[in-house]
Amino acid sequence: MTSPIEAEDATASVALDEKTATKTTAADSAETPVGRSPGQLMWMRFKRDRTGVVSAIVVLFFFAVAALAPVISSLYGKDPYTLYAQEPDYPFLLDDFAMPSGSFGGVSSEFWFGVEPNLGRDVFTMLLYGMRTSLFMALVLTFFSVLTGVIVGMVGGYFGGKVDYWLGRVTDFFLSFPSQLFFIAFMPIVTALFVSPTDETPTYLRAVAILLVMWFLGWMGMARLVRSSVLSLREREFVEAAKVSGASRWRIVRKEILPNIVTPILVQGTYTLPSSILSIAFLSFVGVGFVEPTPDWGRMFAIGAEIYEQDPAFMFFPGIAMVVFVLCFNLLGDSVRDAFDPKTGR
Amino acid sequence: MLQFLVRRLIGAVVIMFLIGAFTFFLFYTVPQDFAQLSCGKNCSPENIAVIRENLGLDKPITTQFWEFMRGIVAGRDFAVGHCSAPCLGQSFDTGDFVWDSIMDRFPLTLSLTVGSLVIFLVIGLGSGMLAAWKRGTVVDKAVSGASMVLSSFQIYFLGPIVLGIFVYSTGWMDNPKYVPFLESPIDWAVALLIPWAVMATIFTAQYTRMSRSTMIEQLQEEHVRTARAKGMPQRYVFFRYAWRGSLAPIVTILGMDLSGLLAGGVVTEFTFDLAGIGRLAVDSSMSKDLPVTMGVMLFGAFFILLLNIVVDLAYAYIDPRVRLA
Repeated sequence: MTSPIEAEDATASVALDEKTATKTTAADSAETPVGRSPGQLMWMRFKRDRTGVVSAIVVLFFFAVAALAPVISSLYGKDPYTLYAQEPDYPFLLDDFAMPSGSFGGVSSEFWFGVEPNLGRDVFTMLLYGMRTSLFMALVLTFFSVLTGVIVGMVGGYFGGKVDYWLGRVTDFFLSFPSQLFFIAFMPIVTALFVSPTDETPTYLRAVAILLVMWFLGWMGMARLVRSSVLSLREREFVEAAKVSGASRWRIVRKEILPNIVTPILVQGTYTLPSSILSIAFLSFVGVGFVEPTPDWGRMFAIGAEIYEQDPAFMFFPGIAMVVFVLCFNLLGDSVRDAFDPKTGR
Repeated sequence: MLQFLVRRLIGAVVIMFLIGAFTFFLFYTVPQDFAQLSCGKNCSPENIAVIRENLGLDKPITTQFWEFMRGIVAGRDFAVGHCSAPCLGQSFDTGDFVWDSIMDRFPLTLSLTVGSLVIFLVIGLGSGMLAAWKRGTVVDKAVSGASMVLSSFQIYFLGPIVLGIFVYSTGWMDNPKYVPFLESPIDWAVALLIPWAVMATIFTAQYTRMSRSTMIEQLQEEHVRTARAKGMPQRYVFFRYAWRGSLAPIVTILGMDLSGLLAGGVVTEFTFDLAGIGRLAVDSSMSKDLPVTMGVMLFGAFFILLLNIVVDLAYAYIDPRVRLA
């Protein structure tokens, strides 16, 4: 999570140079004798929040693990695709009922998180690569949704009038879609756009289809938020001043308005990411997202739910990992919001 | 009030029409031969032609759209017989009328969503108020912490755990199934208790947090302080003054959450292996049975719009200013 913070730092310093700092910062910097940019102030407040720092470390750890999945699994010596039960090296991995023969889902020094029933794959690497898939997809999805939302919201809010009216109607229209049913319904259709039904769908096309479908209904919340923020900023004196001094529209949007709405965008963004992960997991869970043999977080729950009665331990690690990740991300979101805007007490 | 209702209903009809048109054209402009798909691989050209005619796929797309829309209002005739008024077409796969398949599955989805809605609203608002009342005490911290942790759980993780405890290991309860409400209301409630509890747990947390924060805000309002200062009983101040004010933002959020509620119902269906409209949507979508997929989409949109109107009515009831506007 360092990069958005640093990015904020850079843009926020610009904001201060332009004398367009938010009210909060103005009040805060009046108290401190040393001049600090809003980004530095935010960072100081964030560092003092112990929950936030711990959550940030945990979240970073998850991202690092996901990014380093190939390295970790090569050190660990397994991969998520091999059916270890059929390997001659591991003769008694699964018992006669195709369930892991060891205790707690076959956890051993060889298979840290146990073995998958029926197929005998390694749960630890499945989870690593599953997280990798989910986190990467969620990052891309969040980026595009946020970008689209910001553009639509800015255009609507800044230009106003008819443009705003129609963009608003379009946003409302997409908001009234039953989004999850839409995802389910359109996944096969969008895939069919790329591949003929007789061919096997490659994994990357499936990923593109998932991103497209979810991006399509993922930007409206951000657009509304940005629009309302821009509407209130548009009439402020510093924007008027820029207009009078002959700044172009593009310059006003980029230099006067954008630095002031970075905070709500960033906060909303930190809440969007975990919900994107959950939505993607939802698709794989019901069976229209990723399919065998792509390792995916959501698909592990589908497998786990199927065999839960016989092997409850299978779901333990992916489940706990997801709870911890979502919890920490939500806590981090709260901390980031508090650090940016200390007035909103919880 | 009546005017408000009529305006909302007209708006809902317009939105339904737009969603219908949007999905219809997206679905049917996909370069794929559905007659071929529903017939299978070894299909003679004559058979394909017959199927195409039966499905009405030989007509231009605008005519197909017109017939579809007319079918919803007035019903249509198919080769197998008449499909009466809210006619959403006929399944490519089974030949059943889509409306009938939806009506078979919908009671379950309705029971799941509305049942857990009631549970999580009561428990969520209740615990949030409790936390606000006892602000800063152990009770508040326990409630807030628990809601933070529980909101990070997922239905598909919590569901199997609860099943494992109450069904597989102890055998205290049976596997969840659907018993029609009219057949036996008690069995209906007992059989759905686990899905309700699991689904409600996930949603409760969010409403606890929200209800706590709006309640705290309301308790600091001036009219509440005035009521206290003039010696009104605590309970009266708390419920009549603060609580009523705290409801409005919660109802707004609820209105935006309805689509998530339906999604929660779908996940719950899959977690507990129940056959509701979510299962219908996934099955039809996988087999590219477009009329069924489209029917479920439209029906889902209709359900959400309808609930939205109910929420708006509730909003008008809570906040008198809305009624006058």
